[in-house]
Amino acid sequence: MTEGTLDLRDVRGPSALGGGWRRSLELLYLIASTEFKRTYFGTALGYLWSVGRPLLLFGVLLAVFTQAFHLGKSVPHYPVLLLFNIVLFSFFQEATSTSVPAIVSHEAIVRKTQFPRLVIPLSVVLTALFNLVLNLVVAFIFILAFGIDPRWSWLLLLVVIAMLLGITIAMSMLLSSLYPRFRDLGIIWSVAATALFYATPVLYALEKVSPALRNVVALNPLAPILELARRWVIDPHAPVIGGTAKVLVPLGIYLAACVLAVWIFNREAPRIAEEL
Amino acid sequence: MPHQDETAAVTSGPTGTEVLEGPVVIEAREVRKTFRIPDRRIDSFKERATHPFAPLTYRDLPALRGISFDVHLGEFFGIVGRNGSGKTTLLKLMASIYRADAGRIRMAGRLAPFIELGVGFNPELTSRENVVLNGVLMGLSRREAQRRFDAVLEFAELHEFADLKLKNYSSGMMVRLAFSVMVEAEADIMLIDEVLAVGDAAFAQKCMDVFQARREAGKTVVLVTHDMATVQSFCDRAMLIDGGELRYIGDPEEAALRYYRLNFGGAGDGAPAGDMPDVNVRIIDAWLENSAGKRVENVEQGEPIGFNVIIEARRDLVKPVFGFHFLTEHSLQVFGFNSTLTRREHEPDVVPAGQRVRISARIENPLLPGRYHVRSIISRNRSQGDLALHLLRLLDFVVYGTKQGVGSVAVQTDIEAVVEPQP
Repeated sequence: MTEGTLDLRDVRGPSALGGGWRRSLELLYLIASTEFKRTYFGTALGYLWSVGRPLLLFGVLLAVFTQAFHLGKSVPHYPVLLLFNIVLFSFFQEATSTSVPAIVSHEAIVRKTQFPRLVIPLSVVLTALFNLVLNLVVAFIFILAFGIDPRWSWLLLLVVIAMLLGITIAMSMLLSSLYPRFRDLGIIWSVAATALFYATPVLYALEKVSPALRNVVALNPLAPILELARRWVIDPHAPVIGGTAKVLVPLGIYLAACVLAVWIFNREAPRIAEEL
Repeated sequence: MPHQDETAAVTSGPTGTEVLEGPVVIEAREVRKTFRIPDRRIDSFKERATHPFAPLTYRDLPALRGISFDVHLGEFFGIVGRNGSGKTTLLKLMASIYRADAGRIRMAGRLAPFIELGVGFNPELTSRENVVLNGVLMGLSRREAQRRFDAVLEFAELHEFADLKLKNYSSGMMVRLAFSVMVEAEADIMLIDEVLAVGDAAFAQKCMDVFQARREAGKTVVLVTHDMATVQSFCDRAMLIDGGELRYIGDPEEAALRYYRLNFGGAGDGAPAGDMPDVNVRIIDAWLENSAGKRVENVEQGEPIGFNVIIEARRDLVKPVFGFHFLTEHSLQVFGFNSTLTRREHEPDVVPAGQRVRISARIENPLLPGRYHVRSIISRNRSQGDLALHLLRLLDFVVYGTKQGVGSVAVQTDIEAVVEPQP
């Protein structure tokens, strides 16, 4: 290697996946598993908390909404439906709200090494996905315990998770890449996520609420995802609400969010290190 | 051999004429980078909302204004420049941390940037997990990083602590660990920022030894620094940038000299090579004398050296210190001494402009036979460490004699080896 010329490759600067797929995947796994270990490190029960926390939350909500508000009285299998919805929604909420400051809190890595930017929000989502899988195991134990028989349509849950994953990744990319420039996003998103919680049929069943609220909920791309999950996993006889428009509008919002996320993230990625 | 007024002699030399071998591993062409600094930083929606029509004005801060250079395989390449000259920006562009606005950088081989030791270290994880993560950040594959873990611990001498959480490490242990990851990362091209050199001298030396060893193994090292001693001792070539422009590329001594001129010549605004502004101090003459007081070019081993320098102040030199370092031909420092101005009571500690100063020293000569040179460092305002002139090679000389030895100096030793009587 002393003669002639070597194979020179262009240095293109930082980007969403700069440095190659393989390296990005390895970093994704390492960062996500690090975060997962760190969340429960030092607690007495360790990983049990990742299952215990939604269980406790579920207990509180169940007590409030079955004893105080009688919300789920006429909804079949309400307790397990509630648990199942909470598990799915808290995945979205956990991933997106952790994503907001994620790039800023990995500042050292972003500013001092060659690092594929997309790995940061993806690692947050992946950590949340570890938790989701653990929680689903608990949820299914309850579903069986409540006397719901296994069905083939349970396999369609993978479709539900894929859809949920898509919107979660899109929101995480958007929030994490915009936060370095607009620090208010942290506060705004904490409020917005709460509003979204009530605009999603988590605590209630869609057919039980007023048509006005139903119209608002119809815009929410998370609503059809939870509705499908309910029908495929818990109650195949759950009433179908709405027509074509009620599918197309959230689908449009869903796709728009994905396109916007890719566009904005690619635009912001090369400059993020300069904004920190 | 005395170099009279080396200032003039050196600046007239052509730039970057060294003959280079080996293929190009880094090629930069017309690289530009400008940072846009908003005049009022609009960081939040509120500011945007309360001043909806406030024009978004930016100040353009050009960090690099079109830099081109090549680095060849197996070179130890220095990038020098003052603070804010753009050298760290250039390093970050090469490391894919920033993106260039224009121009092109191409590179061959695996690159590892070392802008800080132990990036991404997490105190809650064990050293094993941290080493793997840090290794992957430095460009190793995960499997490779795991495979080298033992070697890393071996080098850091931390074997017993493999599964200890990093927060239980002392800071010294942590630095050792981070450093050994760097050693084991074995990139083809190492980009090193000066921050690594910060720390104690022993550690900096250890770093330099490793870079040197990598270079000898055929790897390429690019070092950003403003420590001229490092540049002169280690670099094959150096590049001086100032104000985002390339000022000189080639001989490290020359780059260092020009760096000092930029810093202490007053005008940092791009005087082209060969037309440097007047420096603060001019060397009129420098010579050696033997014990008989005769002017000599070379010195006999063991014979005391008479050392003489005459300088002329170009501006008022306030509180000057005249320092001289004796170095081997490999630029290793052997010894040095310095002196303030000798003056009578109530005389001000100033050399007025135009005045000459003669510095004479008589040096006991412990040097072993070989080639040596003398470097001068003349500073003013010593309380602030403000350098006035750092003329690199004041003079060269040879010590001749027959008594060889280890190292560079012979010292008086009283040594004996006696068989101990049996008890």
